[in-house]
Amino acid sequence: MGWQSWVVSTVSFMLSYGTPLLLATLGEIYAERSGVLNLGIEGMMIMGAYTAFVTAYLTKSPWVGLAVAAGVGCAFSLIHAFASITLRANQVVSGLALTFLGLGLSGVLGRSWGGKPLPHSLPQITVPVLADIPILGPMLFEGHVAVEYAAILLVPIMWFILFKTRIGISIRAVGEDPATADSLGVNVKRVRYLCVAVGGLLAGTAGGYLSVAYRPAWTEGMTGGMGWIVIALTIFAFWNPVMGLVGAYLFAALYHLSFRLQPWVSLEILQALPYVFAILVLVFISLGSLRKRMGSPAALTIPYTREEE
Amino acid sequence: MTAASIHIRSFLQEGTRFIAGALHFLKGTGMKSEPVLSTLEMKGIVKRFPGVLANDGVDFDVRAGEIHALLGENGAGKSTLMKVLYGMYSPDEGQILINGKPVTLRSPLDAISHGIGMIHQHFMLVPTLTVAENVALGLSSSRRIVLDLDRVTEKVHELSEAYRLRVDPSEEVWRLSVGEQQRVEILKALYRGADLLILDEPTAVLTPQDVDELFNTLRTMSEEGHSLVFISHKLPEVLRLSARATVLRDGRVAGSVMTNAVSQADLACMMVGREVLLRIDHPDVERGDVRLMLDGVHADGDRGFPSLCGIDLEVHAGEILGIAGVSGNGQRELAEVIAGTRSISAGTVTLNGEDMTQWSTHRRLEAGIAHIPEERMVDGAVQEFSVEENLILKNHGHAPYSRGIFMNFKAIAAMADRLIQRYDIKTPSRQTQIGSLSGGNMQKLILAREISRNPDVLIAAQPTRGLDIGATEFVHQQIVAQRADGTAILLISEDLDEVLSLSDRIAVMYEGSVVGVVDRKSATANEVGRMMAGGGCEAAGARSLAPVSEPSAG
Repeated sequence: MGWQSWVVSTVSFMLSYGTPLLLATLGEIYAERSGVLNLGIEGMMIMGAYTAFVTAYLTKSPWVGLAVAAGVGCAFSLIHAFASITLRANQVVSGLALTFLGLGLSGVLGRSWGGKPLPHSLPQITVPVLADIPILGPMLFEGHVAVEYAAILLVPIMWFILFKTRIGISIRAVGEDPATADSLGVNVKRVRYLCVAVGGLLAGTAGGYLSVAYRPAWTEGMTGGMGWIVIALTIFAFWNPVMGLVGAYLFAALYHLSFRLQPWVSLEILQALPYVFAILVLVFISLGSLRKRMGSPAALTIPYTREEE
Repeated sequence: MTAASIHIRSFLQEGTRFIAGALHFLKGTGMKSEPVLSTLEMKGIVKRFPGVLANDGVDFDVRAGEIHALLGENGAGKSTLMKVLYGMYSPDEGQILINGKPVTLRSPLDAISHGIGMIHQHFMLVPTLTVAENVALGLSSSRRIVLDLDRVTEKVHELSEAYRLRVDPSEEVWRLSVGEQQRVEILKALYRGADLLILDEPTAVLTPQDVDELFNTLRTMSEEGHSLVFISHKLPEVLRLSARATVLRDGRVAGSVMTNAVSQADLACMMVGREVLLRIDHPDVERGDVRLMLDGVHADGDRGFPSLCGIDLEVHAGEILGIAGVSGNGQRELAEVIAGTRSISAGTVTLNGEDMTQWSTHRRLEAGIAHIPEERMVDGAVQEFSVEENLILKNHGHAPYSRGIFMNFKAIAAMADRLIQRYDIKTPSRQTQIGSLSGGNMQKLILAREISRNPDVLIAAQPTRGLDIGATEFVHQQIVAQRADGTAILLISEDLDEVLSLSDRIAVMYEGSVVGVVDRKSATANEVGRMMAGGGCEAAGARSLAPVSEPSAG
């Protein structure tokens, strides 16, 4: 095999395996930007994967499956939102609970579905004309599903909303200094609920993508720790959607290469890379002056209480 | 920002501008030219908290164009009253009338819509957002969902020119000095069309020059018909700026007076309910040997930039050396290198002739250094510990308080009771968590702990910041008494009046250097103020290195 097939297969894999990572990371960026750490990504993703598979199997429509996955992810995230925003519970505990709930629930409910292939998976698109371009064509415009392109499109949109709109400024203010935002009439709880719900929606979609497109079947625990990589990627991305894209695809590419490079580098080392990156980023942004510019939202994990309550 | 993002932005802005085009002519962004609030009355305001009657039938009124001072000790109910006015608390009884009509203010948003603005003592600014973004936060944009930051910037420019509030709208707030942050707060309120502005101790963190500038702005505002409520502890300022003053004591109005008819002593007496010593008795004490000496001390600040650039200082026994300067010019770092919590990169620190540069914090404590830290809540006391545990923090390893690994709780309790009584610390018991004490009582506790160790050198950093008159008087008395006992005292304070009245000599810090040392007998506020702004009395070369450390805003 020449270098061309290496590049084509790597980039092509990057697009498909990177998509669920990207979707969930975008969602987690919004949740954390508003000050809510959601460690339940894994749980929401696996519930999305399970419900998408079952719905797609029964309705014969992968699109309905994907929509249901988004809804279930969203509903699941609201459990976390209620516990951490309304009840002001510890976000770490509540998020972890969500992960274990999702893994357990999908495991129990999915027992009889295990191993069944999904006859109706998301259609793979071949973009006319563009697919004929050498190298680029087979790499980017052949054999991908619409969700993968939609995820890329979502990046500039979510970046724009976060940095250039009223709602974005409210989200960032709520995550940095909820008391100030509150004093200016921003509804802190509403913004946080909204962001956590968006996070759940995208995590559910990411899970759904896994079971109706990436690998059209249901296997217990099929998310395989992706949710944790998303948490690391969110930090790696400096809570910025554009960097989220870079991180998700970079990790997907590394993951792919980890199989190909196995003769030379151990799989475990390559799989640990995103976490190493996350730690390096944490060290990097802890360096004094960078903290304010690029660091984590100041009110992350801190429940907001009005003085009088 | 990348070129692509600017393109995307302008493209989307064009689109939304087209849609919202007609609307934004009709709907301004909240800036009003004519003040609409002409009178405000608060009648019989009662506000209860569990166990406390914070406001007990308070009457208060403000007229258009008036600067009205609100005075009172900590806990007298000033903040509660103003939070009621700003919609943060709902009163249990009483009513608020605007232009003679009763209104209900359920939230700050209600208050803002009635033309009431408030500038909190701890600024309500999001540090990572720019000035313009902070102003725009919570407002509806003229372009619907998309931000109209260029428009906000333009209006901020107009306002800052009209009221002489110099500030760069595109700067991120965390980079601004405390004075600039305050200007942003005022701009924010003006932008929202505030006719009545409540200022909670606005001068607490400013230099004399910044205070002058602020007062000019406030006077301009009042001439244009804005009403201002000015909360302050500093009586000279109250008399200088305001036309009328209302004094609260224990949740009730102790009096409302025209300021041209009263003296500082009258106001202090109304606040405290007894005669107060405003002048600090400063008896002659014979200056002893050099206790503390700094020789060419360099140190880095939190961000790794040099924040002390060759400090030479001497403090003698029985002397108070005052350090004046605007916040963030190296004062905090100076206190820390002496206490041992910050390492120095060059130079020596000497205690009683012994080089203690390499000593640990613990060894310095044992050798007789006492430190009243600037951040008393964070560095001065453990919030979750009880009063007695906090009192024993620095002595728990000594007899009679411990033997081997065992604590002697009887001795500790006896010591705690003695100090609580001697230093008049108001606490329900010695086992109360210190976090529930008032600022004044917490400071008394820290003072008691440090002084009771009979130190050779006492570093007092901002010892009266945020304290009321009664507690301030007490702290000052204790510091002067230490001086009489022969302690060498380094008094670091941003309150210039305090430095001038307590110190024997005054060293002025600017950008990490001592720009001059003056004797109290010859020092004037004007001269020291000029030096604080960087006009050194000798060489200008002393301030060649320019890193100003981060202003401590909270």
